[in-house]
Amino acid sequence: MRINILHLYPDLLNLYGDKGNIECLRKRLLWRGIDARVITHTCDDRDFDLSDTDIVFVGGGSDREQKIVCTRLLEHKRQLKEYVEDNGVLTAVCGGYQLLGRYYKLEDETIEGLGILDIYTEQGKGRLIGNIVLEADFINQKIVGFENHGGRTYIGSHKPLGKVLYGNGNADNAGAEGVLYKNVVATYLHGPLFPKNPKLCDYVLTNALKRKYPEFKELSPLDDELENIANGYIVNRFLNK
Amino acid sequence: MRKLLAIWSGKLLTVAGRLIGKKSSSSPGEYALRIYPKLVADLRKHIKKGIIVTCGTNGKTTTNNLLCSALEAKGYKVICNRLGANMLNGVATTYLQAANLLGDFEADYACLEIDEAYTRIVFDYIKPDVMVITNLFRDQLDRYGEIDITTAILKEAIAKVPGMKLVLNADDPLCVRFKEETGKALFYGISEKVLEQLDDTKEGRFCPMCGAQMGFKYYHYSQLGDFECKKCGFKRPRPDVEVKNVSLKSPMSFTVNGRPMKINYKGFYNIYNLIAVYAAMEALGESTKDFASLLGNYKPQIGRMQEFAFKKPVILSLSKNPAGFNQAIATVNTDDRKKDVIIAINDLANDGRDVSWLWDVDFDKIYNENLNTLTTTGIRMWDISLRFKYSDVKVDYMEASMKKAVKTALESDSEVVYVLVNYTALYPTEAVLNELLKEGRYNAD
Repeated sequence: MRINILHLYPDLLNLYGDKGNIECLRKRLLWRGIDARVITHTCDDRDFDLSDTDIVFVGGGSDREQKIVCTRLLEHKRQLKEYVEDNGVLTAVCGGYQLLGRYYKLEDETIEGLGILDIYTEQGKGRLIGNIVLEADFINQKIVGFENHGGRTYIGSHKPLGKVLYGNGNADNAGAEGVLYKNVVATYLHGPLFPKNPKLCDYVLTNALKRKYPEFKELSPLDDELENIANGYIVNRFLNK
Repeated sequence: MRKLLAIWSGKLLTVAGRLIGKKSSSSPGEYALRIYPKLVADLRKHIKKGIIVTCGTNGKTTTNNLLCSALEAKGYKVICNRLGANMLNGVATTYLQAANLLGDFEADYACLEIDEAYTRIVFDYIKPDVMVITNLFRDQLDRYGEIDITTAILKEAIAKVPGMKLVLNADDPLCVRFKEETGKALFYGISEKVLEQLDDTKEGRFCPMCGAQMGFKYYHYSQLGDFECKKCGFKRPRPDVEVKNVSLKSPMSFTVNGRPMKINYKGFYNIYNLIAVYAAMEALGESTKDFASLLGNYKPQIGRMQEFAFKKPVILSLSKNPAGFNQAIATVNTDDRKKDVIIAINDLANDGRDVSWLWDVDFDKIYNENLNTLTTTGIRMWDISLRFKYSDVKVDYMEASMKKAVKTALESDSEVVYVLVNYTALYPTEAVLNELLKEGRYNAD
């Protein structure tokens, strides 16, 4: 078995240790004897082909870099939308999350988004910065991370990734964080996201494997003692004050 | 009268703070500013020759203190925020500690290290003659925001002081761009390839002028190197203070504008700190002929590859961001002795609460045949351990107590111990090391 991971614009969107997310996806496959290949698509690359892609990852960047990415990605809007509608697995963090929406309205301009999710983002007053803990109903582990965003994202009727137990989420005291849509996981959480949330990482990997190999049942367990301690440390520190 | 009251209260607080064992590098100034907000505005009156401000992500404390030492070695009286308290309150503390009870003092120079984010506030009160900008790296995103924001603040600050001379790192495109604000600058740089070419996170690969991707003939580290933008022509300027013939073997040697120089400090990045001082001296019109001898008396601040003399050396190194950690690791790797390495990561306000930067450091480079044991500690011990796990580097001990970690390393059969820490772990670690020295169990015979 082999999973192809497409990392979009690591040269521009790499603000919050996203390298860690890619390494985590890759290693958790390799440790189970599943081949993993990471393909990077940078701003120098023209060809854009998702036919062989099993996981798309898009990270976060500064506003300036995000704008550059957006103009590039808009050229591939149709392909990305079809990929997602065809249950393609996609994880988007921070700036990448915002790009999936219809638009991101900044103070003096509006950046057009991919419109893959029926959401929009508006720049708010000040940034929402800090540790954050979520409860998700699709995995039996709380999701922990760090948020740092100026945009407030309004997700309409979409299902959020999780309920906020500590922190802000999609907007000031939003109560909900991120979006879970088909096989898309979109979130403001970095830290990076996956290393301290092994169950979420495995959820994403399982979706990719099931889509590519319909006979695939489930991932074999790994020794996640360290990951679980790191996750539990954040949960306890911020929930049991 | 308010001014005197502010100075007296500040002085009183300093004394009280010292009695209970605090460094008192910023709180007395903070308090004094509350009584008299314009306290530092008349600094100029007390300084006969010049005010030099040093900014930049890495190296500002060392550069500022080296400059102070070099000027003092020339016989000048210098005031300096030596402890690195670099916001307005730190400057105010330096001021009130220099002043007598009548609020008066006189010095030839003021050497002030200023946090980039505070320059635009500080420059409302203080108009420096020379401003040194060492480099701009990604640093504590939760506190400072992105580099673009820091750049905008520095531009605004520079515009507040017409006629100020800029001293800039010629190898950093993000620094060189500030020349546009004043039309001229004095540049310093290292004009040859020295280090292994790392693929670390490079923030400045894109031209700061036009946004196109730049070409590099070589990198020193991060985005420092010989750069050129093919699209708009923005490129590394020819340095006025130029280093060549670098040898990193201990002691490091190199030439500055053809003049040979030997130094006992470890770390390639210290070459930058030295030549920044050299260039600042030139900008001040001070002679640099006797530069090498001026630095003989310089004592590094704690945690700058600071050696503790146990039966085997324990070397303490402070790093605050990916560029700093990558450089610390490169420096550890120039030491071929069998070594134990301890890494402490905290996430308190002064460290930056976000630890995602750990994944932007090439930590796996710490692993080689000379590594005896690797220990992780600090508040975010689990995060740094995970970082190693996903790089296939084995962590031998996860140990919450720094004292236990150091003891274990001292008892091992290695020849040297390196302790790499981020900011808030620094002083507690220094205290632990001094305590162990006092206990004497691990001292040289």
